[in-house]
Amino acid sequence: MIELRDVTVSIESRDLLHAVTMSCAPGTLTALVGPNGAGKSTLLSVVAGDRKADAGKILLKGREIGRYSVHELAQIRSVFPQGSVIRFGYMVEEVVAMGRAFRDLPPDEDEAAVLGALRTSEVEHMAFRNAQTLSGGEQARTTFARVVAQATPIVLLDEPTAALDLRHQERVLAAAKAMAREGATVVAVLHDLNLAAAFADRIVLLGDGRIAGNGPPWEVLQQERIETVYRQSVRILEHPVRGCPVVLTT
Amino acid sequence: MTGPLKLKRPPSRTGAIAAVLGAVLVAAFFASVAIGAVSLSLDAVLRAIAGRFSASAADPEAVLAETVVWDLRLARVLTAVIIGASLATCGAAMQGLFGNPLADPGIIGVSSGASLGAIVVVVLQISTFGLWTLPIGAFLSGTATTFVIYALARPGKTGGDNSKLLLVGIAVNAIGGAFAGYLTYLATAEQLQSLTFWSMGSLSSAKWVTVGISAPPTVVGIVLLYRWSRQLDLLALGERQARHLGVDVKRLRRKLIFVTALLVAAAVSFNGTIGFVGLVIPHLFRLMIGPAHRLLIPFSAAGGALLVMLADLAARTLDPPSEIPIGVIMGSLGGPFFLWMIYRSRRFGISAS
Repeated sequence: MIELRDVTVSIESRDLLHAVTMSCAPGTLTALVGPNGAGKSTLLSVVAGDRKADAGKILLKGREIGRYSVHELAQIRSVFPQGSVIRFGYMVEEVVAMGRAFRDLPPDEDEAAVLGALRTSEVEHMAFRNAQTLSGGEQARTTFARVVAQATPIVLLDEPTAALDLRHQERVLAAAKAMAREGATVVAVLHDLNLAAAFADRIVLLGDGRIAGNGPPWEVLQQERIETVYRQSVRILEHPVRGCPVVLTT
Repeated sequence: MTGPLKLKRPPSRTGAIAAVLGAVLVAAFFASVAIGAVSLSLDAVLRAIAGRFSASAADPEAVLAETVVWDLRLARVLTAVIIGASLATCGAAMQGLFGNPLADPGIIGVSSGASLGAIVVVVLQISTFGLWTLPIGAFLSGTATTFVIYALARPGKTGGDNSKLLLVGIAVNAIGGAFAGYLTYLATAEQLQSLTFWSMGSLSSAKWVTVGISAPPTVVGIVLLYRWSRQLDLLALGERQARHLGVDVKRLRRKLIFVTALLVAAAVSFNGTIGFVGLVIPHLFRLMIGPAHRLLIPFSAAGGALLVMLADLAARTLDPPSEIPIGVIMGSLGGPFFLWMIYRSRRFGISAS
């Protein structure tokens, strides 16, 4: 459960987020979408505890985020960051196991959890490769596996699909949705509106630091609203197989 | 889910490497005790070591051997072990902290900061804490130096920036050198002699009392680093992600800076700056056994001890009866190695591991 009440973040008197109020329920996957600079990553970093809000409250599982210790936060939320770099030649399996390093879970379950995470991301075959030699997409899948291994009730993903090919975009979001179905509160920043429409239970559209839409995909992804927020003309169609909205630029 | 329920791990060479390292370490220890101006047989060394614990021997040759071993060699060899182990583990921890394989107490200026503290103590004849004044002075200025370096060359989220850390190191070394130079200029002739050996390093002043003073901080420091090895591993992901995974980076950083300064102080207070141990040893072991600190810390301790023992043995025996400063030997080995690492890291980006 994530709750934001009037959250404002500003830099030099410019509001990156302006009085944002929203909540995400356990069991759902929420997609954060919006144009560049709308405040998506800022919102995610505030919820992750990376930066402090200048005003307003953020509650994770009913408790204010500032009142959790670093260790406690690692028990309840995991983060897929943008641009992950590893500095020494750890193996993929070691990187994924880092997700478990400070979890208060029985250590004898670690191996099975790590293996399951490696398979979810389809990186099992490179488990003993040096993580520094991976391609961008393989690195992103390794990081995602680490998030899966951490197995927290709140999962925050910042553009998890940015470096991925078609197959792995689908797999990663399907895995994120599966985590939600098992009871996690999943929030993903996505650039691709169609991926958001296909996988998210709710879409939160941000524009200029404010919420411009919050609801199920069909409700948020409406032509007029998207055109205003993105300043780009679009058409909305229905996906022939999935039945969800599809956004096409025109 | 497909496939077996366990990962198939590639065979590990770690056990074999540990066995070889252990054997070479023991051999080097006895060789260092036996070889010198008066060379002894292994048998004589063993008898001399045991002799201290049994009734004294009447045989004058055995008495001489016992004196050589106990009063000259053992303290010096143990000093080499302490210096090597503390500098190498300190290097491993600093590389983890800075996320940079080129971080070495000598190169980035921590050693010169620490030895500046020691020089101040010598020249200004401070003796507030008796024999402990020297190591405390080295520890305090080493800690301050590390904080400054970290503040200036803090690893960003974009990965280790080699050039920045090295530039800060150049500046810190220059400042340390200038202060040391000024103090040298103030020093009396008698102090001068003890100052020159700071700059090059020497184990010739090793005594049982200095072993007694520098051993406890070394042991405590290495044990602490070993206990923090998992947190050090996670720092490889950068400060932000380490925090996401449950590492209190701010506290860890502070603890690491104090402990690395403690280790450097233990190494340099009585023996001057000895460079490159902290660079060469962790790097070699990372290539052999991987970067995980749970193994890297103990292997670095053993490897560092071995390297300094051998370097000191060479310093004592290459040009008898005089001694080559150990800093000269380390520099002639470590300098080219450092260049090779920079060449390698240029080819592979920052990925030199």
